[in-house]
Amino acid sequence: MTFTPSSVPTLWRLARLDFDRVRQQRVLLYPEGAVLLNDTGAAVLELCDGLRSVGDIAKILEDRYHCDVTADVVEYLSQLEEKELVRG
Amino acid sequence: MANAPTTLLAEITHRCPLHCPYCSNPLAMVGAEQELTTADWKRVFAEARDLGVLQLGLSGGEPLARKDLEALAASAHEQGLYTTLVTSGIGLTRARAEALREAGLEHIQISIQDSDLEMADRIAGMRAAQQKVAAVAIVRELGFAFSINAVLHRANLDRVSDIIELAASWGADRLELANTQYYGWALQNRAALMPTAAQVAAAQDVADEAKRRYRGRMQIIYVLPDYHETYPKPCYGGWGNVYIVVTPDGRTLPCHGATEITTLAFDNVRDRSLAWIWEESSAFNAYRGDDWMKEPCRSCPRKAVDFGGCRCQAFALTADATNADPVCTLTPLRSIIDQAIQAAAPTDYRFRYLTVETRRP
Repeated sequence: MTFTPSSVPTLWRLARLDFDRVRQQRVLLYPEGAVLLNDTGAAVLELCDGLRSVGDIAKILEDRYHCDVTADVVEYLSQLEEKELVRG
Repeated sequence: MANAPTTLLAEITHRCPLHCPYCSNPLAMVGAEQELTTADWKRVFAEARDLGVLQLGLSGGEPLARKDLEALAASAHEQGLYTTLVTSGIGLTRARAEALREAGLEHIQISIQDSDLEMADRIAGMRAAQQKVAAVAIVRELGFAFSINAVLHRANLDRVSDIIELAASWGADRLELANTQYYGWALQNRAALMPTAAQVAAAQDVADEAKRRYRGRMQIIYVLPDYHETYPKPCYGGWGNVYIVVTPDGRTLPCHGATEITTLAFDNVRDRSLAWIWEESSAFNAYRGDDWMKEPCRSCPRKAVDFGGCRCQAFALTADATNADPVCTLTPLRSIIDQAIQAAAPTDYRFRYLTVETRRP
């Protein structure tokens, strides 16, 4: 599925966010895998609390970065949904 | 300079009540008296984390055979490792499961042998199936994230659909359907375990359909039967690139199958730091990068995809780990695989026992 602004994304219950002090990078960990995250990727996933919609998340990031990020957030979450790491 | 590794497989014991004829442990196993201590393992986990390891598999043998498993799980959790307990489920009482949850264990993987419980017990070489059903119930009740793992072979491949439905009925988060990889005990039992091409094709269709159907509910990982593929499976992330295995007695390997490569010497975490072994040891450097490659791998564009396939398999089947993995149809060595597929026959299994000295070929 593809996310829309009204979807409410959550992390897969087997996945968790962490900070890797060796690589100095945020990571998404899950069984037998890890995704190394850049700052914006980590910012999106931290806001996926099962309550906020994609639109809510995009709004928060827009206030932070002062640009329209809705399409990027949808695209990013859809990529992770493809790997079954995010559900919506 | 080596990359930072991401994954540590800690084979904390070779002891196991099961006798599966496809066991991934080596033929020559390590007894309890040779196993690393609790303190040794705690140091290994800390060193692994410092090196960049993020994922830990607590495996065996049957890891529950170690009484300090809960202490090891707690230590791994303190280090921030994402830890999976890889278990048969035998010995997983409610009290131990609660203690493991208390210790911070995140994920449990329970193996099953078949959806047909009688057949499952025949493969396990013991009355295990009912105990596994009980273990799954405990894991569910305590709210653990859990996976079911089933090794597939000639005798159960036709029931892959039943196996999928069983795992789904248990509410598994994840199902690993792993076609047998022929190392160690499985290589000894290859003729008996080898499925037919028709079985392989049918199972692939069933798995593909189930993967789509259960998407978002149960993640299905289908490990391909490499003998029936055109190209080899990639060496796990590349040799000495992401993966470390420590055996029950502390030998440190680039892959759990690497003890089969008898030309390599493996350093021990009792003598050396994990960082030294990762960066400096001859075994980890033996097949790093692609300088070691021969043709057809050296000039092949696929070398970036599969790293020439599996070094352990190349050695096991050709006695030279720098050969292409014989699974690859681009090498004349492929005839070895084709002959093995043709030699498939329903024969008796040689079951794994810990006292292997009298049972060596």
